[in-house]
Amino acid sequence: MLKALNIDPGKCTGCLQCELACSYENEGLFNPAKSRIKVFNFHDQGRFVPYTCTQCDEAWCMHACPVDAITVNRATGAKEVNDNLCVGCKVCTIACPFGTVNYNSATGKVIKCDLCGGDPECAKACPTDAITYVDADWTGLDKMRQWAAKTDAGNTGTGQQAAH
Amino acid sequence: MAWARRILRVNLTDGACTHEPLNMDWARQYLGQRGLATKYLMEEIDPKVDPLSPENKMIMATGPLTGTCASTAGRYSVITKGALTGAIACSNSGGFFGNEMKNAGLDMIIFEGAAKTPVYLFIDNDDCRLIDAADFWGKSVWDTEEGIKEKHGDPQIRIASIGVSGEKGVKFACVVNDMHRAAGRSGVGTVMGSKNLKAVAIRGTLGVRVDDMARFLETTAAGKAVLAENAVTGQGLPTFGTQVLMNVINEVGALPTRNHRDVQFEGANKISAEAMAEPRESDGKPNLVRNAACFGCTIACGRVSTIDRTHYTVAERPEYQIASGGLEYEAAWALGAATGVDDLDALTFANFICNEQGLDPISFGATVGAAMELFEEGVITDKETGGIDCTFGSARALTDLAELCGRGEGFGAEIGLGSKLLCEKYGKPDLSMSVKGQEFPAYDSRGVQGMGLTYATSNRGACHLRSYTVSSEILGVPEKTDPLVTDGKASLVKAFQDATAAVDSAGICVFTTFAWTLEDIAPQIDAACEGEWTSESLLEVGERIWNLERQFNIAAGFTGKDDTLPKRLLKDAAKAGPAEGLTNGLDKMLPEYYDLRGWSPDGVPTNETVSRLGL
Repeated sequence: MLKALNIDPGKCTGCLQCELACSYENEGLFNPAKSRIKVFNFHDQGRFVPYTCTQCDEAWCMHACPVDAITVNRATGAKEVNDNLCVGCKVCTIACPFGTVNYNSATGKVIKCDLCGGDPECAKACPTDAITYVDADWTGLDKMRQWAAKTDAGNTGTGQQAAH
Repeated sequence: MAWARRILRVNLTDGACTHEPLNMDWARQYLGQRGLATKYLMEEIDPKVDPLSPENKMIMATGPLTGTCASTAGRYSVITKGALTGAIACSNSGGFFGNEMKNAGLDMIIFEGAAKTPVYLFIDNDDCRLIDAADFWGKSVWDTEEGIKEKHGDPQIRIASIGVSGEKGVKFACVVNDMHRAAGRSGVGTVMGSKNLKAVAIRGTLGVRVDDMARFLETTAAGKAVLAENAVTGQGLPTFGTQVLMNVINEVGALPTRNHRDVQFEGANKISAEAMAEPRESDGKPNLVRNAACFGCTIACGRVSTIDRTHYTVAERPEYQIASGGLEYEAAWALGAATGVDDLDALTFANFICNEQGLDPISFGATVGAAMELFEEGVITDKETGGIDCTFGSARALTDLAELCGRGEGFGAEIGLGSKLLCEKYGKPDLSMSVKGQEFPAYDSRGVQGMGLTYATSNRGACHLRSYTVSSEILGVPEKTDPLVTDGKASLVKAFQDATAAVDSAGICVFTTFAWTLEDIAPQIDAACEGEWTSESLLEVGERIWNLERQFNIAAGFTGKDDTLPKRLLKDAAKAGPAEGLTNGLDKMLPEYYDLRGWSPDGVPTNETVSRLGL
């Protein structure tokens, strides 16, 4: 089963544990500035929104790369940057409509989410399940379940039953 | 590791910014943050200096865990000689500034001297410089944060700054970071203002390492699991915030009301966590938008709130019709029960103003309470207040005074003296509900006896965070004690004081201790830091810090006579509730406490204690 990161901003408290976990996994130290996932704080609205690469099928970054440094990991679906090939031209950072590929001036390469090889550290670190790693074909399942629970149809008056 | 091993010394008088290695011998003795910075301060200034003179220094300090993935590990503190108290001051803040400072490779920033004209310190990793702050002087914290980010073209800069109150010498001005997190108490922002230092702006991208990364990940994960499973840190605090306490403390008859005249507030329910969750009539939305976390915090007790758009405070002012930092328990108490005001929106507005202009809401609200008593007694009149009707319960007086005090104008400037100087000025010193010049927080020591000793002996003046025996006496953590008796409280207070000093010095939040004991914390510090760290060694560090702070205060001129409470708490019995008929039994606890501390009967650490702790 192909899995995908599923982000529910309503559950995010803005603690940045995901950024800490991501930077540790990728850089070997705690450094939110080098995280591939970012939490945005819309202060005046009281909203926190984690944001990272959604691993597009026809990935703009991958198609834009002139040296084929971005390739698909067939097992995870992640678009991964091959550091040995990346020349730091940043064309992918321009091509990505979502801004989730970024240049790292310390290495001269670009960095982006690679799903940690299929076991994303951000999802494991999130204390509120705002970031989960779920069936890529059913990222809407939780929301569907919530709305399903609110529908009256089928309510026989015997009380609420757990849905699976 | 864990420590960045580097400090930045900023001489505001000549503008020099110089990196120095951290004194690692002191780090091993005092851990970091509160303890370590107090050691530096003690070594570098004469405790007798005027807190607002250039001879006073101000230190911003992180702990060894700050910036790591340990839960709540984003804390930093401001350590100086307090403007409100003249005692050692250490005010601790969350938000994201501490992490940014650590990521710029800094354990501490020591500010000395004073700038001739307003400046702010800008740090971009190794690049540190003072920049003219003329554009920001006279601006609020909120405008300063926005303005500095815009000026540098970098929205990711983290900023700690003072509002207009700190520029104008309001005695309880705080240093606010990330819009609404504050190093709140004792007037540390007043000291910053006296140095003409408007803000510290940091962009840090160097990263933070610990000694044993693998073991650190294990021990911090175990710690997070404990917090998640605990009823207080896993459920109560994220859902209700610290405001969960409002109705609880009122019911046990320990909610100081109308300048401590009463111990229960009839309007408590209207300003409680429950009230914050209640949909309001105008738009069907509650005051509380959601909870929020500081850096790395898996508890997330922070409140994000809005004010009813039809409320008089904001109806014509769209700039305040936003979500921002909401009421925590201490602020809700001080702005509400202490003044007799039960208008939740007025309290939330006053809280916004405290954040925007850098006022400590505890000292502000409590001082307004004192002014209201002076007003009701006829000691001050419309003439002194500039026409403000300062009767208890007046929401308009509260919100008008918040704005005036925030700008240091009119009668607000007199409120800005703090309750001690205000009440002395009008010949009623006994009406100041304070210890060592600092106003009480939200627990009446007639109903929670241990808190009387906590307040009387707190090194930074009246404070709940130095030894939160409420945890034991009311909440039963780690074990329940009777709040109405003095027996056993001396040892309870000492144990809380020592443990808390260590926790504060590590870079984590004291709220973790609702669930964590030192047995949970020591393995995290031990994995992060070189050397061996155990519960026992942390307690010893805590005791060493407590005694060092005491030595600072003694050198500053404080004596055992200052370890006392206002007459109202010692002579006037509680009028209602479970503590009805009780005063605080400080005289029964204090001698035993001195003895347990290894201090002389007049409160001075004995030579034996000093040498045992290696002071």
